[in-house]
Amino acid sequence: MQTKRMTFSSSWLPYALLAPQVIITLIFFIWPASQALYQSLLRQDIFGLRTEFVWFANFERLFADPLYLNSMKVTFWFSVGTTLLSMSIALLFAVMVNRMIRSRDSYTTFLVWPYAVAPAIAGVLWWFIFNPSIGIMPYVLDGFGYNWNHRSSGTDAMIMVIIAAAWKQISYNFLFFLAGLQSIPHSLIEAAAIDGASRFKRFWTIVFPLLSPITFFLMVVNIVYAMFDTFGVIHATTEGGPSQATNILVYKVYRDGFVNLNLGSSAAQSVILMAIVVALTVAQFRYIERRVNY
Amino acid sequence: MASITMENLGKVYAGNVRAVTDVNIDIADGEMIVLVGPSGCGKSTLLRMVAGLETITEGTLHIGDRVVNQLEPADRDIAMVFQNYALYPHMTVFNNLAYGLKNRGFKKAEIDRRVKEAAQMLEIGAFLDRKPRQLSGGQRQRVAMGRALVREPAAFLFDEPLSNLDAKLRVQMRVEIRQLQKRLRTTSLYVTHDQLEALTMADRLVVLNGGRIEQIGTPMDVYSHPATTFVAGFIGSPAMNMLPAEYMRGLVSADSLAHLPVKADLIGIRPEDLSLAPAAEDEMSLSGRLMLLEPAGAESHLHLSFEGIKETMVVRLPHVPDVVEGATLTFSIKREKLHPFDVTSGKRVA
Repeated sequence: MQTKRMTFSSSWLPYALLAPQVIITLIFFIWPASQALYQSLLRQDIFGLRTEFVWFANFERLFADPLYLNSMKVTFWFSVGTTLLSMSIALLFAVMVNRMIRSRDSYTTFLVWPYAVAPAIAGVLWWFIFNPSIGIMPYVLDGFGYNWNHRSSGTDAMIMVIIAAAWKQISYNFLFFLAGLQSIPHSLIEAAAIDGASRFKRFWTIVFPLLSPITFFLMVVNIVYAMFDTFGVIHATTEGGPSQATNILVYKVYRDGFVNLNLGSSAAQSVILMAIVVALTVAQFRYIERRVNY
Repeated sequence: MASITMENLGKVYAGNVRAVTDVNIDIADGEMIVLVGPSGCGKSTLLRMVAGLETITEGTLHIGDRVVNQLEPADRDIAMVFQNYALYPHMTVFNNLAYGLKNRGFKKAEIDRRVKEAAQMLEIGAFLDRKPRQLSGGQRQRVAMGRALVREPAAFLFDEPLSNLDAKLRVQMRVEIRQLQKRLRTTSLYVTHDQLEALTMADRLVVLNGGRIEQIGTPMDVYSHPATTFVAGFIGSPAMNMLPAEYMRGLVSADSLAHLPVKADLIGIRPEDLSLAPAAEDEMSLSGRLMLLEPAGAESHLHLSFEGIKETMVVRLPHVPDVVEGATLTFSIKREKLHPFDVTSGKRVA
């Protein structure tokens, strides 16, 4: 690989060009992150009058707290559910659209629209659809003999937030899968057809393995999305309820910090989240870099 | 092993775009037929119709004694070698070869035997555990061949398999493919745009232009008796010279061209049929001004212009003559070596 090296006539120019990015990172990431790190080691009384340095007591408490451990479990199922649902539906759509010739572009455009919808709006939209009193879905489900109520059933609530969160992400996944499908040389599919593989078998033995780098990339992106970007969905629909059933980690950070005003614990939780996202990103870069092509 | 018969095959795409028109070819069992023509002449489309990758919109296709028009590619008992090889990038060479056999439910021992045999034949035994990206172009080409071979199909279809190789490797693989085909005696249909490949590999070659067959024949037959001006210009390098008959008649004594039909208004002359020796009894002579002399080692190409017409002529001599550019040279050619064509129909006359 050839490395390109710019030479600048004046020594301050490169710093000036870098400055905006550095300043933004400092103000909006480094500073709040270090605040959170510092806060996570403190304990404040309810009125904010006294602050005590407690080392890692906040973390110790968290990992002993059944509510926090429950939130971790909830987050796990929520992320897995959202990722699986949004990716499998997106892949299905991508495969179907990829087969089209003439109307491919218009379908693609329509399928991308939900991505422009804010998470909170997506949440409200599905909240209406699933509303036990006025929603269409409980009415339909009632016809099948299922009594839907996400206000009392934790499972129902979880299903609803997963659908709402996944719905928005389908567009994004769809675009990547479609691009991935289009980059697979058509002759490979033809060769497999001549080699006697059925349509189904061609997909699972040729197409799907060739999509695996994209699938992995999307998996990480979707997990990160489900864990960190779904605050709006939860806040607009279940607010973490019923009885903590949909209280994912990010939402708990907000509840504990801004509603229950336990800043130390909230900061400790956000530090843990930070560690998770760093780990995911590192895993992604490592893995993707290793097998960028075959 | 099977014969392939194409009866009035035609392909019309949606929107009434015509790609192939009225193709009739009988390929005998074990024969190697080369489809040759410029890009866009429909040769690949025709091959893909035989493979089952394009639907047949007109005519009938027989492989063996079956009509296969409606059959899926997998059920036609053919194997195809693609231009870009189409190797499965995520599978090892072994699995690339075994894929078609696995899909057809062969026993593991039989798969092993066939893959080993093909690998040995193609000298790729050492790479069976590698992925395609770890192979050179020539090795990938062999794997693609191997994938066709292990199936022991009724027919091989080749879609410009050598066009991605460098010149040296292309000649080598050309020889190997031809030797292999002769040894296995598998019916083969080979598509290329390279007229030299077509001449050297074919039992019979089919020249296509604009979706229609211009000529079918053995390489030497097509070369020495091109049926149309298109074939005359396409097969052979440098291309056949075309001079207006009227000009030729004015140049030479009347009886020199008396053997040619009156209808012939275009005379084709192969560059190598001219020589600098004085004209003998059955020869005629032709003079032109030497514009350019291109020495090419064992041979040389002389570019000539004539007074009064814009057509030029290329002469290929088996040596480099001692002449200077700008001189007027006189060449001789056997009268029977002249190729008479009719300009309006583009067809050979007599």
